[in-house]
Amino acid sequence: MQDFGEAFGLAFGLVASGDADLVEIVALSLRVSLSATGLACLIGLPLGAFLAVSRFPGRMPAIIVVNALMGLPPVVVGLLIYLALSRAGPLGVLGVLYTPTAMIVAQTVLITPIVAALSRQLIEDLHAEYAEQFRSLCLTRRQEVQALLWDGRYALLTVALAGFGRAVAEVGAVMIVGGNIDHLTRVMTTAIALETSKGDLGLALALGIVLMVIALGVNAAVQSIRLTAARFAYA
Amino acid sequence: MEKLSRRMFGAATLALLIAAGAEAQDRSIIVQSTTSTANSGLYDYLLPIFNDKTGITVNVVAVGTGQAIKNAANCDGDVLLVHARPAEEKFIAEGGGVERTDLMYNDFVIVGPASDPAGVAGTTDVEVALSQIAGKGALFASRGDDSGTNKKEIALWKAAGVDPKAGSGEWYRETGSGMGATLNAGIGMGAYVLTDRATWISFGNKQDYRIAVEGDDDLFNQYGVILVNPEKCPSVKAAEGQEFIDWILSKDGQDAIAGYRVADQQLFFPNAPAE
Repeated sequence: MQDFGEAFGLAFGLVASGDADLVEIVALSLRVSLSATGLACLIGLPLGAFLAVSRFPGRMPAIIVVNALMGLPPVVVGLLIYLALSRAGPLGVLGVLYTPTAMIVAQTVLITPIVAALSRQLIEDLHAEYAEQFRSLCLTRRQEVQALLWDGRYALLTVALAGFGRAVAEVGAVMIVGGNIDHLTRVMTTAIALETSKGDLGLALALGIVLMVIALGVNAAVQSIRLTAARFAYA
Repeated sequence: MEKLSRRMFGAATLALLIAAGAEAQDRSIIVQSTTSTANSGLYDYLLPIFNDKTGITVNVVAVGTGQAIKNAANCDGDVLLVHARPAEEKFIAEGGGVERTDLMYNDFVIVGPASDPAGVAGTTDVEVALSQIAGKGALFASRGDDSGTNKKEIALWKAAGVDPKAGSGEWYRETGSGMGATLNAGIGMGAYVLTDRATWISFGNKQDYRIAVEGDDDLFNQYGVILVNPEKCPSVKAAEGQEFIDWILSKDGQDAIAGYRVADQQLFFPNAPAE
């Protein structure tokens, strides 16, 4: 297979030349997936914390459902969001189908359960450690949640990264609701799918390599923030 | 907690609306079209010419003809550019589109491995070739996705008097994906594939494959263009959509189509009715 060598060469060439199309696609990938991760954390972290500390009838089934939703197939999410945002659908008047907004919505739906389920487990474990102390301080449930989210923030960063990883890597949902439109909704994964279908396997693999490097970069950035923050906290 | 989540929901909705507003400013249309036209690079060549002339941005959603028509029927597009005449006429009859006009044509070919296991290379009668492939149980990769190419293929099997579904999963392999993906899969397993010539010429992963069957009148591949009906779909940008259709059917547009060449071959032959 000469494709591997060719792909690395192409990937390096693309990055080194600062190819304008590539920059645009990478920027959109990051914009969509980081926005989705942000929104998913806004919804998923409080939801996870709520499920972790509260006790109500039906809590167990709710946890099982959230856990099961981690396995939502991206293409199903894409289809649901397409049906909702289609001109013929209930939210068609917004006119956001085939825009980055639709892609952000789809990825948010996709990864919110991941953020909620993982943070629920994490916070529940943390809560078990803190429960007595909380009781002695007579905290309200809301204060408990805030304290737990704050104390668990570094571990929760990993939860956010898991969500981001899922979002940036999926192709099924953004393909359907974004349409892979050149210069409008084309992201890394849909571009890779397109080049593969053109039989341009070298370029497809090169884009894959670039995507992996970006994921690596985002993870490294988060890790360094975490280490720096932790050093200040214990200094 | 409740107040907080309500505030967050409000903020999220607001962000959505702002994003939606910002993207709806410039003059642009959505064309629902086929993977064969997009994969061949035709739009990359054609659309900048149109954009220079009119300032209208054309956004192409490239899916199979079946899905393209369904999307247009849901009003998710302004123009439909596909290649399955009976399905297009049905779409018009159901009120989905205003009028269908012939735009351009090329032809289908059957590609196969150099070893030619069914011995069909050089055949010009597609029905004979298909019966021979089926008779020998040679692998055949089908789109299996209700696309224009898939509809054509099913019609050809019917004409050949063969029911390929009987061999489904054995020698008849339905990939359920686009033209390029089906070519990749077919080439990977050594199967014959029916493809439009444009996609084949511009396809990058041919390996030892070559055209085995071509030149039959039954392999004719006609493309049509349709404005999505603004009476049924008020969201349709009828003025811009019509401007695009008028241009692509005009001498300028037709000349531009004829001028698109890959590997020194013309991929599409304009045949819009004279103005």
